[in-house]
Amino acid sequence: MSELADLKVPGPTEIELTKPFWKAAAEGRLLVQRCEDCTKAILYPREICPHCWSEKLTWEQASGLGRLKSFSRVHKPGHPGWMPVSPYVVGLVELDEGPTMLSHILPGECEPAVGDRLELKPTNIGGRVLPAFQRKDQGENV
Amino acid sequence: MTRSKAALIGAASLKPVRQTEGETTLGMLARVSARALADAGLEKDAIDGLLVGPQVGETPQHVPATVSEYLGLQPAMANVVDLGGASGPGMIWRAAAAISAGMCETVLCVLGNHRNAEAPRSPNRNPIREFDVPFGASGANISYALLMQAHMAKYGSTAEDFALIAHWARANAQRNPNAIFHGKPASVEDVLNSPIIASPLHLYEIVMPVAGAEAVIVTSAKRAKELGSRAVHLLGAGEKVTHRAVSQAPSLTSGPLKPSMERAFAQAGVTAQDMSLLSLYDCYTIMVAATIEDAGLCEPGGFGRFMRAHDFGPEGDMPLNTHGGQIGYGQPDLAGGMTHVVEAVHQLRGSAEGRQINNPRLALVTGNGATMSEAVALVLGADE
Ligand SMILES: [Zn+2]
Repeated sequence: MSELADLKVPGPTEIELTKPFWKAAAEGRLLVQRCEDCTKAILYPREICPHCWSEKLTWEQASGLGRLKSFSRVHKPGHPGWMPVSPYVVGLVELDEGPTMLSHILPGECEPAVGDRLELKPTNIGGRVLPAFQRKDQGENV
Repeated sequence: MTRSKAALIGAASLKPVRQTEGETTLGMLARVSARALADAGLEKDAIDGLLVGPQVGETPQHVPATVSEYLGLQPAMANVVDLGGASGPGMIWRAAAAISAGMCETVLCVLGNHRNAEAPRSPNRNPIREFDVPFGASGANISYALLMQAHMAKYGSTAEDFALIAHWARANAQRNPNAIFHGKPASVEDVLNSPIIASPLHLYEIVMPVAGAEAVIVTSAKRAKELGSRAVHLLGAGEKVTHRAVSQAPSLTSGPLKPSMERAFAQAGVTAQDMSLLSLYDCYTIMVAATIEDAGLCEPGGFGRFMRAHDFGPEGDMPLNTHGGQIGYGQPDLAGGMTHVVEAVHQLRGSAEGRQINNPRLALVTGNGATMSEAVALVLGADE
Protein backbone atom coordinates (compact mmCIF):
# COMPACT_ATOMS: atom_id res chain seq x y z
CA MET A 1 0.00 0.00 0.00
CA SER A 2 2.79 2.42 0.87
CA GLU A 3 4.23 1.68 -2.54
CA LEU A 4 1.10 3.07 -4.19
CA ALA A 5 1.46 6.25 -2.14
CA ASP A 6 5.05 6.67 -3.27
CA LEU A 7 4.31 6.45 -6.99
CA LYS A 8 5.20 9.38 -9.22
CA VAL A 9 2.14 9.19 -11.44
CA PRO A 10 -0.20 11.74 -13.03
CA GLY A 11 -3.06 12.76 -10.77
CA PRO A 12 -6.50 14.05 -11.70
CA THR A 13 -6.58 17.14 -13.94
CA GLU A 14 -9.17 18.76 -11.71
CA ILE A 15 -11.43 21.47 -13.17
CA GLU A 16 -13.80 23.92 -11.43
CA LEU A 17 -16.81 21.61 -11.92
CA THR A 18 -15.07 18.53 -10.48
CA LYS A 19 -13.52 20.17 -7.38
CA PRO A 20 -16.25 18.82 -5.04
CA PHE A 21 -15.69 15.30 -6.41
CA TRP A 22 -11.93 15.30 -5.76
CA LYS A 23 -12.30 17.10 -2.41
CA ALA A 24 -14.71 14.38 -1.25
CA ALA A 25 -12.40 11.71 -2.68
CA ALA A 26 -9.54 13.10 -0.60
CA GLU A 27 -11.82 12.70 2.45
CA GLY A 28 -12.57 9.10 1.53
CA ARG A 29 -16.02 9.67 0.08
CA LEU A 30 -17.35 8.98 -3.41
CA LEU A 31 -19.72 11.50 -4.98
CA VAL A 32 -21.98 11.13 -7.98
CA GLN A 33 -24.26 13.70 -9.54
CA ARG A 34 -28.04 13.15 -9.44
CA CYS A 35 -30.32 14.61 -12.11
CA GLU A 36 -33.38 16.23 -10.52
CA ASP A 37 -35.39 15.82 -13.71
CA CYS A 38 -34.79 12.24 -14.86
CA THR A 39 -33.46 11.06 -11.43
CA LYS A 40 -30.52 9.18 -12.96
CA ALA A 41 -27.11 9.16 -11.29
CA ILE A 42 -24.19 10.52 -13.32
CA LEU A 43 -20.44 9.90 -13.28
CA TYR A 44 -18.03 11.41 -14.42
CA PRO A 45 -19.41 14.82 -13.41
CA ARG A 46 -20.87 16.94 -16.20
CA GLU A 47 -22.43 20.38 -16.73
CA ILE A 48 -25.62 18.78 -18.04
CA CYS A 49 -27.29 15.40 -17.61
CA PRO A 50 -26.20 13.16 -20.52
CA HIS A 51 -29.57 11.38 -20.35
CA CYS A 52 -32.01 14.33 -20.55
CA TRP A 53 -29.79 17.46 -20.86
CA SER A 54 -31.19 18.96 -17.66
CA GLU A 55 -28.90 21.39 -15.86
CA LYS A 56 -30.46 20.55 -12.49
CA LEU A 57 -27.73 18.34 -11.10
CA THR A 58 -26.91 17.90 -7.43
CA TRP A 59 -24.07 16.11 -5.64
CA GLU A 60 -24.91 12.97 -3.74
CA GLN A 61 -22.75 10.60 -1.72
CA ALA A 62 -22.61 7.17 -3.36
CA SER A 63 -22.95 3.96 -1.36
CA GLY A 64 -19.45 2.92 -2.36
CA LEU A 65 -20.77 -0.45 -3.45
CA GLY A 66 -20.55 -1.86 -6.94
CA ARG A 67 -19.90 -4.78 -9.22
CA LEU A 68 -16.79 -5.61 -11.26
CA LYS A 69 -17.83 -5.43 -14.94
CA SER A 70 -14.36 -6.20 -16.26
CA PHE A 71 -10.74 -5.97 -15.19
CA SER A 72 -7.19 -6.20 -16.44
CA ARG A 73 -3.96 -7.07 -14.68
CA VAL A 74 -1.55 -4.53 -16.13
CA HIS A 75 1.97 -5.87 -16.66
CA LYS A 76 3.20 -3.11 -18.97
CA PRO A 77 1.67 0.19 -17.85
CA GLY A 78 0.88 2.96 -20.32
CA HIS A 79 2.64 5.41 -18.00
CA PRO A 80 6.15 4.50 -16.78
CA GLY A 81 5.39 5.89 -13.30
CA TRP A 82 3.28 2.80 -12.63
CA MET A 83 6.15 0.34 -13.22
CA PRO A 84 7.12 -0.04 -9.52
CA VAL A 85 3.74 -1.60 -8.62
CA SER A 86 3.08 -3.64 -11.77
CA PRO A 87 1.43 -5.94 -12.27
CA TYR A 88 -1.57 -4.21 -10.77
CA VAL A 89 -5.28 -4.42 -11.49
CA VAL A 90 -7.65 -1.84 -12.93
CA GLY A 91 -11.33 -2.51 -13.46
CA LEU A 92 -14.67 -1.18 -14.56
CA VAL A 93 -16.85 -0.69 -11.52
CA GLU A 94 -20.61 -0.54 -12.05
CA LEU A 95 -21.80 1.41 -9.04
CA ASP A 96 -25.03 0.36 -7.36
CA GLU A 97 -26.28 3.85 -8.25
CA GLY A 98 -25.96 3.00 -11.97
CA PRO A 99 -22.95 4.68 -13.57
CA THR A 100 -19.72 2.84 -14.38
CA MET A 101 -16.31 4.20 -13.42
CA LEU A 102 -12.82 3.01 -14.09
CA SER A 103 -10.86 2.46 -10.89
CA HIS A 104 -7.88 0.82 -9.27
CA ILE A 105 -8.72 -2.61 -7.83
CA LEU A 106 -6.76 -3.46 -4.69
CA PRO A 107 -5.50 -7.02 -4.13
CA GLY A 108 -7.95 -9.18 -2.19
CA GLU A 109 -7.95 -12.71 -0.79
CA CYS A 110 -8.53 -14.21 -4.24
CA GLU A 111 -8.06 -13.39 -7.89
CA PRO A 112 -10.52 -10.85 -9.28
CA ALA A 113 -13.44 -12.16 -11.33
CA VAL A 114 -16.07 -10.41 -13.40
CA GLY A 115 -19.18 -10.12 -11.23
CA ASP A 116 -17.28 -9.60 -7.95
CA ARG A 117 -19.04 -7.40 -5.40
CA LEU A 118 -16.79 -4.45 -4.67
CA GLU A 119 -16.58 -1.79 -2.01
CA LEU A 120 -14.92 1.59 -1.94
CA LYS A 121 -11.43 1.62 -0.41
CA PRO A 122 -10.06 5.16 -0.40
CA THR A 123 -6.37 4.74 -1.19
CA ASN A 124 -3.33 6.98 -1.34
CA ILE A 125 -2.06 6.74 -4.92
CA GLY A 126 0.85 8.98 -5.79
CA GLY A 127 0.26 11.19 -2.74
CA ARG A 128 -3.50 11.71 -3.24
CA VAL A 129 -6.37 9.73 -1.76
CA LEU A 130 -8.40 8.36 -4.69
CA PRO A 131 -11.55 6.20 -4.79
CA ALA A 132 -10.10 2.72 -5.30
CA PHE A 133 -12.11 -0.48 -4.83
CA GLN A 134 -11.62 -3.91 -3.32
CA ARG A 135 -13.55 -7.19 -3.43
CA LYS A 136 -16.19 -7.33 -0.74
CA ASP A 137 -15.49 -10.74 0.76
CA GLN A 138 -18.24 -11.10 3.36
CA GLY A 139 -20.67 -13.76 2.10
CA GLU A 140 -22.14 -12.87 -1.27
CA ASN A 141 -20.14 -15.26 -3.40
CA VAL A 142 -20.67 -15.00 -7.13
CA MET B 1 -22.43 0.57 -62.32
CA THR B 2 -25.62 2.33 -61.27
CA ARG B 3 -25.41 1.36 -57.59
CA SER B 4 -22.06 3.13 -57.26
CA LYS B 5 -21.97 6.09 -54.87
CA ALA B 6 -18.39 6.82 -55.89
CA ALA B 7 -15.38 5.17 -57.49
CA LEU B 8 -12.05 4.49 -55.81
CA ILE B 9 -9.60 4.85 -58.71
CA GLY B 10 -6.22 5.09 -56.98
CA ALA B 11 -4.60 3.66 -53.87
CA ALA B 12 -1.07 3.63 -52.50
CA SER B 13 0.96 2.88 -49.38
CA LEU B 14 4.39 3.71 -48.02
CA LYS B 15 6.08 0.59 -46.68
CA PRO B 16 5.69 0.64 -42.89
CA VAL B 17 8.87 1.12 -40.86
CA ARG B 18 9.44 0.99 -37.10
CA GLN B 19 11.31 4.31 -36.94
CA THR B 20 11.90 7.26 -39.23
CA GLU B 21 14.77 9.73 -39.07
CA GLY B 22 14.11 13.37 -39.81
CA GLU B 23 10.92 12.63 -41.74
CA THR B 24 7.94 14.93 -41.56
CA THR B 25 4.35 13.79 -41.72
CA LEU B 26 3.79 16.38 -44.44
CA GLY B 27 6.59 14.91 -46.52
CA MET B 28 5.24 11.38 -46.11
CA LEU B 29 1.73 12.50 -47.06
CA ALA B 30 3.18 14.12 -50.18
CA ARG B 31 5.04 10.97 -51.28
CA VAL B 32 2.08 8.63 -50.77
CA SER B 33 -0.26 11.11 -52.49
CA ALA B 34 2.01 11.22 -55.56
CA ARG B 35 1.96 7.41 -55.70
CA ALA B 36 -1.84 7.26 -55.39
CA LEU B 37 -2.13 9.88 -58.15
CA ALA B 38 0.14 7.82 -60.42
CA ASP B 39 -1.84 4.70 -59.56
CA ALA B 40 -5.01 6.53 -60.63
CA GLY B 41 -3.37 7.75 -63.84
CA LEU B 42 -4.31 11.34 -63.03
CA GLU B 43 -2.59 14.73 -63.19
CA LYS B 44 -2.29 16.69 -59.96
CA ASP B 45 -4.75 19.36 -61.03
CA ALA B 46 -7.53 16.75 -61.26
CA ILE B 47 -7.65 16.77 -57.44
CA ASP B 48 -10.18 19.30 -56.19
CA GLY B 49 -11.06 17.79 -52.83
CA LEU B 50 -8.86 16.91 -49.82
CA LEU B 51 -9.53 14.87 -46.69
CA VAL B 52 -6.74 14.53 -44.12
CA GLY B 53 -6.36 13.34 -40.53
CA PRO B 54 -5.29 15.20 -37.38
CA GLN B 55 -1.52 15.65 -37.21
CA VAL B 56 -0.77 15.69 -33.51
CA GLY B 57 2.68 17.01 -32.71
CA GLU B 58 3.25 18.57 -36.12
CA THR B 59 0.27 20.64 -37.30
CA PRO B 60 -2.27 21.10 -34.48
CA GLN B 61 -4.62 23.37 -36.46
CA HIS B 62 -5.26 24.40 -40.06
CA VAL B 63 -4.28 20.95 -41.24
CA PRO B 64 -6.06 20.98 -44.65
CA ALA B 65 -4.56 24.39 -45.52
CA THR B 66 -1.08 23.24 -44.52
CA VAL B 67 -1.33 20.04 -46.56
CA SER B 68 -2.91 21.85 -49.57
CA GLU B 69 -0.12 24.40 -49.59
CA TYR B 70 2.58 21.73 -49.36
CA LEU B 71 1.03 19.72 -52.20
CA GLY B 72 0.23 22.75 -54.34
CA LEU B 73 -3.47 21.92 -54.27
CA GLN B 74 -6.35 24.39 -54.19
CA PRO B 75 -9.22 22.12 -53.17
CA ALA B 76 -12.86 23.19 -53.36
CA MET B 77 -13.61 20.89 -50.39
CA ALA B 78 -11.15 20.29 -47.55
CA ASN B 79 -11.60 18.79 -44.12
CA VAL B 80 -10.05 16.91 -41.23
CA VAL B 81 -11.64 13.56 -40.46
CA ASP B 82 -10.96 12.83 -36.79
CA LEU B 83 -12.38 9.37 -36.09
CA GLY B 84 -9.26 7.60 -34.89
CA GLY B 85 -8.79 4.32 -36.73
CA ALA B 86 -12.14 4.87 -38.45
CA SER B 87 -10.84 8.02 -40.15
CA GLY B 88 -9.72 6.25 -43.37
CA PRO B 89 -13.02 4.52 -44.16
CA GLY B 90 -14.79 7.64 -42.83
CA MET B 91 -13.05 9.67 -45.54
CA ILE B 92 -14.40 7.48 -48.34
CA TRP B 93 -18.11 8.14 -47.81
CA ARG B 94 -17.44 11.80 -47.04
CA ALA B 95 -15.63 12.11 -50.37
CA ALA B 96 -18.62 10.46 -52.08
CA ALA B 97 -21.04 12.82 -50.31
CA ALA B 98 -19.03 15.90 -51.29
CA ILE B 99 -18.92 14.70 -54.90
CA SER B 100 -22.68 14.00 -54.92
CA ALA B 101 -23.30 17.43 -53.46
CA GLY B 102 -21.50 18.98 -56.41
CA MET B 103 -18.75 20.42 -54.23
CA CYS B 104 -15.91 18.72 -56.05
CA GLU B 105 -15.17 15.92 -58.49
CA THR B 106 -12.07 14.03 -57.31
CA VAL B 107 -10.92 13.74 -53.70
CA LEU B 108 -7.53 12.80 -52.26
CA CYS B 109 -7.99 10.92 -48.95
CA VAL B 110 -4.64 10.68 -47.18
CA LEU B 111 -3.34 9.66 -43.76
CA GLY B 112 0.18 9.15 -42.47
CA ASN B 113 2.64 9.75 -39.69
CA HIS B 114 6.35 9.85 -39.05
CA ARG B 115 7.90 8.08 -36.06
CA ASN B 116 10.99 10.12 -35.33
CA ALA B 117 12.69 9.52 -32.01
CA GLU B 118 11.19 12.62 -30.40
CA ALA B 119 7.45 12.56 -30.81
CA PRO B 120 5.77 15.45 -29.01
CA ARG B 121 2.11 14.92 -28.21
CA SER B 122 -0.28 17.67 -27.23
CA PRO B 123 -1.47 17.47 -23.61
CA ASN B 124 -4.89 15.97 -22.85
CA ARG B 125 -7.19 17.81 -20.48
CA ASN B 126 -10.44 15.94 -20.87
CA PRO B 127 -12.56 13.47 -18.87
CA ILE B 128 -10.61 10.35 -19.87
CA ARG B 129 -7.42 12.05 -18.65
CA GLU B 130 -9.04 13.23 -15.43
CA PHE B 131 -10.95 10.06 -14.49
CA ASP B 132 -9.06 7.08 -16.00
CA VAL B 133 -5.35 7.95 -16.02
CA PRO B 134 -5.00 8.60 -12.24
CA PHE B 135 -6.09 5.01 -11.49
CA GLY B 136 -3.36 3.50 -13.65
CA ALA B 137 -5.23 3.19 -16.94
CA SER B 138 -3.29 5.00 -19.67
CA GLY B 139 -3.42 3.96 -23.30
CA ALA B 140 -5.52 1.72 -25.49
CA ASN B 141 -4.08 -1.65 -24.35
CA ILE B 142 -5.94 -1.56 -21.05
CA SER B 143 -9.23 -0.48 -22.65
CA TYR B 144 -9.16 -3.39 -25.10
CA ALA B 145 -8.01 -5.79 -22.38
CA LEU B 146 -11.14 -4.80 -20.45
CA LEU B 147 -13.29 -5.46 -23.53
CA MET B 148 -11.60 -8.85 -24.05
CA GLN B 149 -12.01 -9.88 -20.41
CA ALA B 150 -15.69 -8.95 -20.57
CA HIS B 151 -16.15 -11.12 -23.68
CA MET B 152 -14.43 -14.07 -21.99
CA ALA B 153 -16.57 -13.67 -18.86
CA LYS B 154 -19.85 -13.35 -20.77
CA TYR B 155 -19.33 -16.05 -23.41
CA GLY B 156 -16.55 -18.29 -22.11
CA SER B 157 -14.33 -17.45 -25.08
CA THR B 158 -10.75 -18.62 -24.59
CA ALA B 159 -7.22 -17.29 -25.03
CA GLU B 160 -6.81 -19.80 -27.91
CA ASP B 161 -9.89 -18.39 -29.67
CA PHE B 162 -8.32 -14.93 -29.69
CA ALA B 163 -4.83 -16.24 -30.53
CA LEU B 164 -6.21 -17.75 -33.75
CA ILE B 165 -6.97 -14.24 -35.01
CA ALA B 166 -3.37 -13.10 -34.45
CA HIS B 167 -2.08 -16.34 -35.99
CA TRP B 168 -4.06 -15.74 -39.20
CA ALA B 169 -2.94 -12.11 -39.38
CA ARG B 170 0.70 -13.21 -39.18
CA ALA B 171 0.05 -16.02 -41.69
CA ASN B 172 -1.40 -13.57 -44.23
CA ALA B 173 1.46 -11.13 -43.62
CA GLN B 174 3.80 -13.78 -45.07
CA ARG B 175 2.17 -13.06 -48.46
CA ASN B 176 2.81 -9.29 -48.21
CA PRO B 177 6.48 -8.22 -48.50
CA ASN B 178 5.58 -4.76 -47.16
CA ALA B 179 4.21 -6.14 -43.88
CA ILE B 180 6.31 -5.41 -40.80
CA PHE B 181 5.97 -9.10 -39.77
CA HIS B 182 6.80 -10.48 -43.23
CA GLY B 183 9.17 -13.37 -42.54
CA LYS B 184 7.85 -13.70 -38.98
CA PRO B 185 4.87 -16.05 -38.83
CA ALA B 186 3.37 -16.92 -35.44
CA SER B 187 1.61 -20.11 -34.39
CA VAL B 188 -1.21 -20.10 -31.86
CA GLU B 189 1.36 -21.33 -29.31
CA ASP B 190 3.71 -18.46 -30.22
CA VAL B 191 0.88 -15.99 -29.58
CA LEU B 192 0.02 -17.60 -26.24
CA ASN B 193 3.70 -17.68 -25.26
CA SER B 194 4.20 -13.98 -25.99
CA PRO B 195 4.22 -11.81 -22.85
CA ILE B 196 0.97 -10.66 -21.24
CA ILE B 197 0.87 -6.88 -21.59
CA ALA B 198 -2.44 -6.26 -19.84
CA SER B 199 -4.35 -9.44 -19.04
CA PRO B 200 -5.79 -11.16 -20.97
CA LEU B 201 -3.99 -9.44 -23.91
CA HIS B 202 -0.75 -10.97 -25.23
CA LEU B 203 1.89 -8.93 -27.04
CA TYR B 204 1.22 -10.63 -30.39
CA GLU B 205 -2.46 -9.70 -30.19
CA ILE B 206 -1.57 -6.00 -30.23
CA VAL B 207 -0.61 -3.96 -33.30
CA MET B 208 2.96 -2.73 -33.58
CA PRO B 209 3.20 1.06 -34.05
CA VAL B 210 5.02 1.97 -37.26
CA ALA B 211 5.56 4.96 -39.51
CA GLY B 212 3.70 4.84 -42.79
CA ALA B 213 1.18 6.54 -45.04
CA GLU B 214 -1.82 5.42 -47.08
CA ALA B 215 -3.79 7.31 -49.70
CA VAL B 216 -6.90 6.70 -51.79
CA ILE B 217 -8.32 8.78 -54.63
CA VAL B 218 -12.11 8.96 -54.96
CA THR B 219 -14.08 10.31 -57.91
CA SER B 220 -17.58 9.89 -59.34
CA ALA B 221 -18.53 6.67 -61.13
CA LYS B 222 -19.19 8.77 -64.23
CA ARG B 223 -15.74 10.37 -64.16
CA ALA B 224 -14.10 6.98 -63.49
CA LYS B 225 -15.76 5.63 -66.64
CA GLU B 226 -14.68 8.65 -68.72
CA LEU B 227 -11.12 8.23 -67.48
CA GLY B 228 -11.14 4.51 -68.19
CA SER B 229 -9.95 3.98 -64.60
CA ARG B 230 -9.49 0.66 -62.84
CA ALA B 231 -12.27 1.50 -60.41
CA VAL B 232 -13.64 -0.02 -57.23
CA HIS B 233 -17.06 1.23 -56.21
CA LEU B 234 -18.48 2.45 -52.93
CA LEU B 235 -21.84 0.69 -52.62
CA GLY B 236 -22.77 1.39 -49.01
CA ALA B 237 -21.51 3.09 -45.87
CA GLY B 238 -22.46 3.37 -42.22
CA GLU B 239 -21.04 5.32 -39.30
CA LYS B 240 -21.70 5.49 -35.56
CA VAL B 241 -19.94 7.16 -32.63
CA THR B 242 -21.03 6.21 -29.11
CA HIS B 243 -18.46 7.22 -26.44
CA ARG B 244 -14.79 7.93 -25.75
CA ALA B 245 -13.72 6.17 -22.52
CA VAL B 246 -14.36 2.46 -22.08
CA SER B 247 -16.15 3.12 -18.77
CA GLN B 248 -18.84 4.98 -20.73
CA ALA B 249 -19.35 2.26 -23.38
CA PRO B 250 -23.02 1.26 -23.84
CA SER B 251 -21.84 -2.37 -24.24
CA LEU B 252 -18.51 -4.10 -23.65
CA THR B 253 -19.13 -6.93 -26.13
CA SER B 254 -20.91 -5.27 -29.06
CA GLY B 255 -19.87 -1.98 -30.61
CA PRO B 256 -21.02 0.82 -32.89
CA LEU B 257 -19.81 -1.16 -35.90
CA LYS B 258 -22.98 -3.25 -35.57
CA PRO B 259 -25.37 -0.48 -36.68
CA SER B 260 -22.69 0.88 -39.07
CA MET B 261 -22.41 -2.45 -40.88
CA GLU B 262 -26.20 -2.90 -40.91
CA ARG B 263 -26.56 0.46 -42.64
CA ALA B 264 -23.75 -0.23 -45.11
CA PHE B 265 -25.20 -3.64 -46.05
CA ALA B 266 -28.71 -2.18 -46.39
CA GLN B 267 -27.48 0.64 -48.65
CA ALA B 268 -25.62 -1.85 -50.83
CA GLY B 269 -28.47 -4.38 -50.81
CA VAL B 270 -26.17 -7.20 -49.68
CA THR B 271 -25.43 -9.25 -46.56
CA ALA B 272 -22.25 -10.15 -44.67
CA GLN B 273 -22.45 -13.64 -46.19
CA ASP B 274 -22.07 -12.15 -49.72
CA MET B 275 -18.57 -10.77 -49.06
CA SER B 276 -15.56 -12.03 -51.03
CA LEU B 277 -13.19 -10.21 -48.64
CA LEU B 278 -13.38 -9.18 -44.99
CA SER B 279 -11.06 -6.21 -44.44
CA LEU B 280 -11.71 -5.73 -40.72
CA TYR B 281 -10.04 -3.20 -38.46
CA ASP B 282 -7.77 -5.12 -36.10
CA CYS B 283 -6.00 -2.96 -33.53
CA TYR B 284 -6.41 -5.96 -31.18
CA THR B 285 -7.73 -9.50 -31.63
CA ILE B 286 -10.84 -8.65 -29.59
CA MET B 287 -11.77 -6.02 -32.20
CA VAL B 288 -11.90 -8.66 -34.95
CA ALA B 289 -13.87 -11.03 -32.70
CA ALA B 290 -16.46 -8.37 -31.87
CA THR B 291 -16.71 -7.31 -35.52
CA ILE B 292 -17.26 -10.87 -36.80
CA GLU B 293 -20.08 -11.24 -34.27
CA ASP B 294 -21.54 -7.76 -34.87
CA ALA B 295 -21.53 -8.41 -38.64
CA GLY B 296 -23.75 -11.45 -38.09
CA LEU B 297 -21.16 -13.84 -39.52
CA CYS B 298 -21.74 -15.95 -36.41
CA GLU B 299 -23.87 -15.76 -33.26
CA PRO B 300 -22.80 -13.46 -30.38
CA GLY B 301 -19.99 -15.22 -28.50
CA GLY B 302 -19.42 -17.68 -31.35
CA PHE B 303 -16.32 -16.24 -33.03
CA GLY B 304 -14.05 -19.00 -31.69
CA ARG B 305 -15.99 -21.69 -33.53
CA PHE B 306 -16.05 -19.42 -36.60
CA MET B 307 -12.24 -19.09 -36.49
CA ARG B 308 -11.90 -22.89 -36.41
CA ALA B 309 -14.44 -23.45 -39.21
CA HIS B 310 -12.82 -21.38 -41.95
CA ASP B 311 -9.62 -20.73 -43.90
CA PHE B 312 -8.85 -17.00 -43.82
CA GLY B 313 -6.01 -16.95 -46.37
CA PRO B 314 -6.23 -15.48 -49.90
CA GLU B 315 -7.20 -18.90 -51.34
CA GLY B 316 -9.42 -19.78 -48.40
CA ASP B 317 -13.20 -19.81 -48.16
CA MET B 318 -13.26 -16.63 -46.01
CA PRO B 319 -10.39 -14.26 -46.94
CA LEU B 320 -9.78 -11.97 -43.96
CA ASN B 321 -7.25 -9.12 -43.83
CA THR B 322 -5.19 -10.51 -46.70
CA HIS B 323 -2.55 -7.77 -46.27
CA GLY B 324 -1.87 -9.20 -42.82
CA GLY B 325 -4.27 -6.85 -41.09
CA GLN B 326 -2.64 -4.26 -38.89
CA ILE B 327 -1.61 -7.05 -36.52
CA GLY B 328 0.61 -8.42 -39.31
CA TYR B 329 1.26 -5.28 -41.39
CA GLY B 330 1.93 -2.79 -38.59
CA GLN B 331 -0.19 0.17 -37.52
CA PRO B 332 0.91 3.46 -39.11
CA ASP B 333 -1.16 5.41 -36.58
CA LEU B 334 -4.35 6.78 -38.17
CA ALA B 335 -3.29 5.47 -41.58
CA GLY B 336 -3.74 1.98 -40.12
CA GLY B 337 -7.47 2.16 -40.80
CA MET B 338 -6.78 3.15 -44.40
CA THR B 339 -4.70 0.00 -44.99
CA HIS B 340 -7.99 -1.94 -44.95
CA VAL B 341 -9.37 0.29 -47.73
CA VAL B 342 -6.18 0.11 -49.81
CA GLU B 343 -6.12 -3.70 -49.56
CA ALA B 344 -9.79 -3.94 -50.59
CA VAL B 345 -9.08 -1.74 -53.63
CA HIS B 346 -6.20 -4.03 -54.67
CA GLN B 347 -8.22 -7.21 -54.16
CA LEU B 348 -11.39 -5.99 -55.92
CA ARG B 349 -9.53 -4.79 -59.02
CA GLY B 350 -7.24 -7.82 -59.16
CA SER B 351 -3.97 -6.05 -58.34
CA ALA B 352 -3.14 -7.83 -55.05
CA GLU B 353 0.11 -9.31 -56.31
CA GLY B 354 1.07 -12.59 -54.70
CA ARG B 355 -2.09 -12.76 -52.61
CA GLN B 356 -4.97 -12.26 -55.04
CA ILE B 357 -8.30 -13.75 -53.91
CA ASN B 358 -10.51 -15.66 -56.37
CA ASN B 359 -13.60 -14.06 -57.96
CA PRO B 360 -13.41 -10.76 -56.05
CA ARG B 361 -16.82 -9.09 -56.06
CA LEU B 362 -17.58 -7.48 -52.72
CA ALA B 363 -15.54 -6.38 -49.71
CA LEU B 364 -16.51 -5.30 -46.22
CA VAL B 365 -14.13 -2.66 -44.85
CA THR B 366 -14.36 -1.54 -41.23
CA GLY B 367 -12.70 1.23 -39.29
CA ASN B 368 -12.65 1.63 -35.54
CA GLY B 369 -11.42 4.35 -33.23
CA ALA B 370 -10.81 5.06 -29.54
CA THR B 371 -12.28 2.31 -27.31
CA MET B 372 -14.54 0.47 -29.78
CA SER B 373 -16.38 3.79 -29.95
CA GLU B 374 -15.86 5.38 -33.39
CA ALA B 375 -17.02 3.15 -36.23
CA VAL B 376 -17.25 3.27 -40.01
CA ALA B 377 -18.24 0.39 -42.30
CA LEU B 378 -17.98 0.38 -46.10
CA VAL B 379 -19.19 -2.08 -48.70
CA LEU B 380 -16.99 -1.88 -51.78
CA GLY B 381 -17.71 -3.63 -55.07
CA ALA B 382 -15.63 -4.58 -58.10
CA ASP B 383 -16.22 -2.82 -61.44
CA GLU B 384 -18.80 -4.90 -63.31
ZN1 LIG C 1 -31.47 13.80 -16.51
